[in-house]
Amino acid sequence: MLDPMVEIEEKPSAAPPRRNGKRPRSAGRGPDSLGGILAKIILLGITDAVAAFVLFQLALSAEWMIFGISLLTTLVINWIYLRRGGLPAKYLAPGIIFLLVFQVFVMIFSTYIAFTNYGDGHNSTKADAIASIQLSASERVPDSPQFPTSVLEKGGSYFLLVTTPEGEARIGSADKPLETVTPSATGPTGAATGVEGYTTLDFATLLAHQQEITALTVPISENPEEGALKTADGSTSYVYTPKLKYDASTDTFTDTATGTTYADNGRGSFVAEDGSALNTGWKVNVGLDNFQRAFTDPNLQGPLLQVIAWTFAFAILSVATTFALGLFLAITFNRADLKGQKIYRILMILPYAFPAFLSGLVWSGLLNPEFGFINNALLGGADIPWLTDPVLAKISVLMVNLWLGYPYMFLVCTGALQSLPEEVDEAARMDGASVWKIFTAIKLPLLLVSLAPLLISSFAFNFNNFNVIYMLTGGGPRFDGTTFDIGSTDILITMVYKIAFGTGTGRDYGLASALAILIFIIVAVVSALSFKKTKALEELN
Amino acid sequence: MSTATAPHAPVLENLPAPAKANKPTLGQWFRSKGWRHLVAIAATAFSVFPLLYVLSAALNPTGTMAGASTMFTEFGWGNFEALFANQERPFGRWFVNTLVIGLVTSAATVFLGALAAYAFSRMRFSGRRFGLLTLLLLQMFPQLLTVVAIFLLLNFIGDIIPALGLGSQLGLIMVYLGGALGVNTYLMYGFFNTVPMSLDESARIDGASHVQVFFRIIMPLVTPILAVVGLLAFIGISSEFVIASVVLTDPESQTLAVGLYSYVAQQRSENWGVFAAGAVIAAVPVMTLFLFLQRYITSGLTAGGVKG
Repeated sequence: MLDPMVEIEEKPSAAPPRRNGKRPRSAGRGPDSLGGILAKIILLGITDAVAAFVLFQLALSAEWMIFGISLLTTLVINWIYLRRGGLPAKYLAPGIIFLLVFQVFVMIFSTYIAFTNYGDGHNSTKADAIASIQLSASERVPDSPQFPTSVLEKGGSYFLLVTTPEGEARIGSADKPLETVTPSATGPTGAATGVEGYTTLDFATLLAHQQEITALTVPISENPEEGALKTADGSTSYVYTPKLKYDASTDTFTDTATGTTYADNGRGSFVAEDGSALNTGWKVNVGLDNFQRAFTDPNLQGPLLQVIAWTFAFAILSVATTFALGLFLAITFNRADLKGQKIYRILMILPYAFPAFLSGLVWSGLLNPEFGFINNALLGGADIPWLTDPVLAKISVLMVNLWLGYPYMFLVCTGALQSLPEEVDEAARMDGASVWKIFTAIKLPLLLVSLAPLLISSFAFNFNNFNVIYMLTGGGPRFDGTTFDIGSTDILITMVYKIAFGTGTGRDYGLASALAILIFIIVAVVSALSFKKTKALEELN
Repeated sequence: MSTATAPHAPVLENLPAPAKANKPTLGQWFRSKGWRHLVAIAATAFSVFPLLYVLSAALNPTGTMAGASTMFTEFGWGNFEALFANQERPFGRWFVNTLVIGLVTSAATVFLGALAAYAFSRMRFSGRRFGLLTLLLLQMFPQLLTVVAIFLLLNFIGDIIPALGLGSQLGLIMVYLGGALGVNTYLMYGFFNTVPMSLDESARIDGASHVQVFFRIIMPLVTPILAVVGLLAFIGISSEFVIASVVLTDPESQTLAVGLYSYVAQQRSENWGVFAAGAVIAAVPVMTLFLFLQRYITSGLTAGGVKG
């Protein structure tokens, strides 16, 4: 039941269809049917409409480089489909566009990010960072006047309507500095409470949106140094000025209270002489800093080397164990006259059909040291730290991956065994070779030749087998002596994920991308080497 | 053990029927077949036991991990009711989301892959070999390696077209389609080659256009590989966690993988029963589909693998 397709598969590859080499077939063909032309017009029309919308949006946000690339892409698509001939491009273009954006481009983009300090506190431009620092670190100006205030709402954003001590009504929002207005309603004390076109919030609404309103900072003027108005209760507001003053001429921030100056350190942060940095920084290129940090920072170096070693061990051992068990079972069942074979097979391959992300979670329940089924029921209340001891956790991960992976190897080995030529087996038997000898000297080498590519891709898959690790142990138990959330069963890809998106420690996209590049390189080298090896293997036969 | 079976092996394999005529002794039977049954039972138990455990935990009304330390002693539907009653974690929505994202992506994957495979198999153009090799090379680098870049890219796209940015399922589907060529094209390419060229040619002579040849002649003949690729894509995507967890932030839009993980991420043992119930519901459709189409899948796997 397995081999027919394998065999069909082999034939044409020996004689690939080659008689078509003369010219693209489309060149001299007759006109398309009306339906075909209509379908083409409609599909191209939709694509162009979407493209036009995207281009318009890009132009609005002044992203000119991306605008140019998108425009070029749109033109190329139209050229491909409107010209005569060039048939292969018409069939390849849709898939390739997605491939280029979400596979090739993101790889290049990762490389770029790896050379920046992109991450929490470094995710925008320097100008944004300066503005943000000036607004965030502010304090109330002592003895400054109180402004009677109403909170107004218009189009989903909130405004503060204040009355100055001089009796002038002014209105402003987070991104619009205060400006003078004529109030449409005033309260009993003469303070303005409403403006034409805005809704004044009542007390209940104020309470419901308390957080947004207390966070609202309304600049007094375009100059951030003049400070901003803030309200704590929605009825009075005070002037706050930046605690840190920015001096554009020296490009430094000065703490108005302590007098400490923070200067641009060239690495995307304002740093004081004592080494303390302001929280908000900006994105800059840092060259090989991330790579250097990964291998020299004592906080990172040791764990990283352990993680790399374990990643290799995990991938190799996973392939070895699943292949060994799968092959053993395939040989055991490679007999037509075994009763109940079908049932065994179906039950055995069930783990392969079970969604992979669930397997890790389910096993984490089975192996849970405190409440898990294995400790509590099977081992009668034993206290074996399956997932919390560094060594046992590694063994558990390998065992779960064996459970997940051996059915696949079993299926694949069965297929390969059945497609081995029967005559070789018989001839060897005639010559008096033992079963063991036949297996090691004839069958295994033949199997390895046909299965080598599969074993390599299995290695590559396990090298990045995120789901098993993350769902089963989450990478734990954690290493001592590092502030990063990395543990003894973490492999490189889970480490990348945790550094980029983990909770607790801040996000560091730059470092995560640098580690991803490291995986790229390892995978590339390993597959290049191994494909060379398999070629050699094939030539031998 | 292998040496022990050696003298019997040829006889039994070539003549399965007469084995009944002269009944082998128990010892002979064990050495030739009995041990195989023992191995089979052990392997089956290893495979099935965790699955039975989930089922029992799902049906156990205690609902915590500690309560699930006996199998099939208590029964109740409480976990399933709790699963669907939870408003903060809308399991029903996750199920539908997974189904929609999986179906749309796998259908599109099959279509894009088939288009490319048709071009590679039926046309000769410069860069064809290079294209095939590049695809083979690119599939060594799974998309999850670039998850950071994908996140930032979608973040940027979302500023311009919110419907495709972070949090959008459409955006996620587009990302998945980036991996649509890769393995699939290669697998399909091999199968497309098995359809004789003479079929296309006779259709061409009868006046069919290349599009008609593709849809009317080739597609019906390659249905098995389309089913395999579609199914593998569906299974892969319904289990995909890394990218989905980063892109889909709102519980309403999440998939089963992201949602069910969130159930047990913090309090693994308290929510265990409800999680198990969710796992059972999530797994049953995929497993049923898999077992029904098992024959196709395995042949597809071996075909793709053995060809390399």
